[in-house]
Amino acid sequence: MQLTGDRFTSATGLFGNDLVTLPDFPAEIRAPRGTLHGVSAFQIQFASRDILTPGDEPSVLVAMNPAALKTNIGLLEAGGAVIVNDDEFNARNLERAGYATSPLDDDSLAGYRVFRVPMQTLTLRATEGIAGLSKREAERAKNFFALGLVSWMYGRPVEVTEQWIAEKFAGKAEIRDANLAAFRAGWNFGETTEVFAVRYEVKPAPAAPGVYRNISGAAALAWGLIAASVRSGLPLFYASYPITPASEILHELSRHKNFDVRTFQAEDEIAAANLALGAAFGGHLGATGTSGPGMDLKAETIGLAVMLELPLVIVDVQRAGPSTGLPTKNEASDLMMALYGRHGEAPLPVVAAYAPAQCFDAAIEAVRIAVTYRTPVILLSDTFLGNSSEPWLIPAVDDLPVIDPAFTTDASSSDGFLPYSRDERLARPWVVPGTPGLEHRIGGLEKQDGTGAVSYDPGNHERMTALRAGKVAGIARDIPPLEVDDPDGADLLVLGWGSTYGAIRAAARRVRSRAGAVATAHFTHLSPLPENTGDVLASYERVLVPELNSGQLVRVLRAEYLVAAEGYSKMQGVPFGFAELEREIERRL
Amino acid sequence: MAVAAKDRKAWASGEEPRWCPGCGDYAILAAIESFLPELGVPREKFVFVSGIGCSGRFVYYVNTYGVHAIHGRALALASGLAVARPDLSVWVVTGDGDSLSIGGNHLIHALRRNVPVKVLLFNNQIYGLTKGQYSPTSEEGKITKSTPFGALDHPFNPLALALGAEASFVARTLDVDRAHLTGVLRAAAAHRGTAFVEIYQNCNVFNDGAFDTLTDKQTRALNQIRLEHDRPIRFGPEGERGVVQRGDGSMEIVNVADVGEDALVVHDAHHHDPSLAFALAHLSERPTGPTPIGVFRSVERQVYGQALDDQLAVARARLGVGDLASLLGSGHTWAVA
Repeated sequence: MQLTGDRFTSATGLFGNDLVTLPDFPAEIRAPRGTLHGVSAFQIQFASRDILTPGDEPSVLVAMNPAALKTNIGLLEAGGAVIVNDDEFNARNLERAGYATSPLDDDSLAGYRVFRVPMQTLTLRATEGIAGLSKREAERAKNFFALGLVSWMYGRPVEVTEQWIAEKFAGKAEIRDANLAAFRAGWNFGETTEVFAVRYEVKPAPAAPGVYRNISGAAALAWGLIAASVRSGLPLFYASYPITPASEILHELSRHKNFDVRTFQAEDEIAAANLALGAAFGGHLGATGTSGPGMDLKAETIGLAVMLELPLVIVDVQRAGPSTGLPTKNEASDLMMALYGRHGEAPLPVVAAYAPAQCFDAAIEAVRIAVTYRTPVILLSDTFLGNSSEPWLIPAVDDLPVIDPAFTTDASSSDGFLPYSRDERLARPWVVPGTPGLEHRIGGLEKQDGTGAVSYDPGNHERMTALRAGKVAGIARDIPPLEVDDPDGADLLVLGWGSTYGAIRAAARRVRSRAGAVATAHFTHLSPLPENTGDVLASYERVLVPELNSGQLVRVLRAEYLVAAEGYSKMQGVPFGFAELEREIERRL
Repeated sequence: MAVAAKDRKAWASGEEPRWCPGCGDYAILAAIESFLPELGVPREKFVFVSGIGCSGRFVYYVNTYGVHAIHGRALALASGLAVARPDLSVWVVTGDGDSLSIGGNHLIHALRRNVPVKVLLFNNQIYGLTKGQYSPTSEEGKITKSTPFGALDHPFNPLALALGAEASFVARTLDVDRAHLTGVLRAAAAHRGTAFVEIYQNCNVFNDGAFDTLTDKQTRALNQIRLEHDRPIRFGPEGERGVVQRGDGSMEIVNVADVGEDALVVHDAHHHDPSLAFALAHLSERPTGPTPIGVFRSVERQVYGQALDDQLAVARARLGVGDLASLLGSGHTWAVA
């Protein structure tokens, strides 16, 4: 089902619609078919204007079996279209899904337009006579029948999908032919039968001139790391232990070794962090990626990186916790851990991506800060951002920031080399092994200011604690101010971070369309916060902070700025819908 | 190659060692400082990486590049460095608690991957820095602060563990025997891939005399079984004792006069099959009787760092040297005018 969704997305992007997707699948690899927990769903919103979320209430639901219908019908808008695979609504599947009677036969779907299509039967008929094709293989092609039908309904270009099928299944002629036949049969079914009263026409969305492609958050983040490597001249070393949903970044990077990208699948999460840190000591761009449970394990190593003051990027693709939690579901509840989750005083910069394609820029920004300030940086993404995709205006390479590693190589200073001396940003020199005359030792024990020698001096420890904190705090001077979108001079500010961006903007847009006044702003830097944050907070009567956690940013804002900001929380493993945020905004106007 | 004293001095960082007086670590430090210059590798190309424990302080005293990392993770950090920078000579200094307990996972995985790192395991069979708890190499029943009724743990045999983890180079030596220690380090330095060297190191405060049998003037000739490649394994003041292999593959110590020299096992460190080395590792479970020292195993196989570099070259040949603009513009794209 995820494959079918991807194909529809591709064709939709190529057609020029704006889009946002929401894949939703179980943690089990091949969860039992027909069961409620085994349902794999793919949601997409696309439009002839720019859109910001995968949509709250789909207009069309394609349900391949009773379980899929049962788990998703609640989302559908009133009067929406339900296309069901009629063949799968048999007694066994109905029972598995917990239906006493078939919803197709009672009046439980009365509020919707229901289309019963025997997709299995039609697919089998369409694939008859393909040499070497088993019945089982023929049945599997039914997802492509559904894709063909929906592609017809929305006038998607067919060539791109047909070409993809031909290439993807080039090695298995009978499967390729079956999928092509099913896809065409689905399209033709829509075209020739009179079952469907409507065919939707969604014109291309107006967009800024340029060349576009669809990109997922995971790929955008990986490409951002590659771009930062190219723009800094530092070879990328990415060490990671397989974990959902961060593994996608490892997969993507491992395909690009021609960029001198070294990927290393480590024996565990701790090793991955240390491998990346060791590579950073050697003058590489060290990065590691994981999700919540892996962050727990990396904490001590991140603390070491704080002490060593070496560049290191730690990517946390957040998922619902605690513990194993909901591994494939969305949540953004690692903010406190990113900010404070280490023993001792161990401050570090935190950057959060806010949209799938923007993961590219967020990755470059994380690297820029890490390299410029010689510090570990935590880059927060989440399951929704990682798995979702959207059209991306491909940037020109020359427009990307240049990152200067500024290695120290000159051993001629008469004072001798001081590994913990500092520049105007409080960053220390980065000297890589192999540099003659600058041999030095660093470690996790407290450093003497300047020399970096082991020091137990009480005053020195306090001074070093302040220097490390001051360095991170000073980054506020080097990041953009918090930008407020407030066309109507509102009293209420909705302030967010991370993947809630789209839902917050969409909700505000709807409120404004009914003459409501609401301001919005979104953090990409969570540590340090932009310099003008206090001023922005002070200029609004009410501040609402919607978060996919129990109120982590709002707690920081209240503690740091003594403002009565209010939180709004959701922890259901799914992103915010814009309607619920719209309601929360309206309540406060 | 003889090394002048003034050159040796350049390899000391000048930081004053803070180990307890009489600690075996001093002897190892002195041996390494005088041995490194003879390798002919510039000082700036060496990196020492250590974990936590008394051995961890080692890096501060050698005038090379160094990282004093966190407990158990030195080998993981060193692996990243060595794989990223194959031009460097990377050495890990670790202890029995650091590498066999908290860092055990990294040790076995570094060994199987064969990363280009030399691992010096200072084995004193005790936790010294935390003031005397039993370690994973302490004997069963050991009375310590944390085991007043005796330790229940069965100890690791570090060499057998390393061999089980597919190590390509495995050796054992003694802190106080400068010549033997230097010889083993020389062989380790010449090895491509991971070299695992267990150094019996006396902790004179918490576990004094653990290796006396092997180091005391009176007993050492009777108990050091010095392994030499391609030579019959025999020992004792007159070479009167030797090692034979039983029918089941295990090893046994015999009087040479009883079996004849031809019956002795001839050491083969380069055999592709680790069985002989494994049997030798089990010849003595504790260093309290005749114990083999020297190079148990030294074989060549794929080295991880080199293999990764080769793969990068293959990727460049197959995909072309990476071009960012081409990557960003790859796949299905569309233009908006």
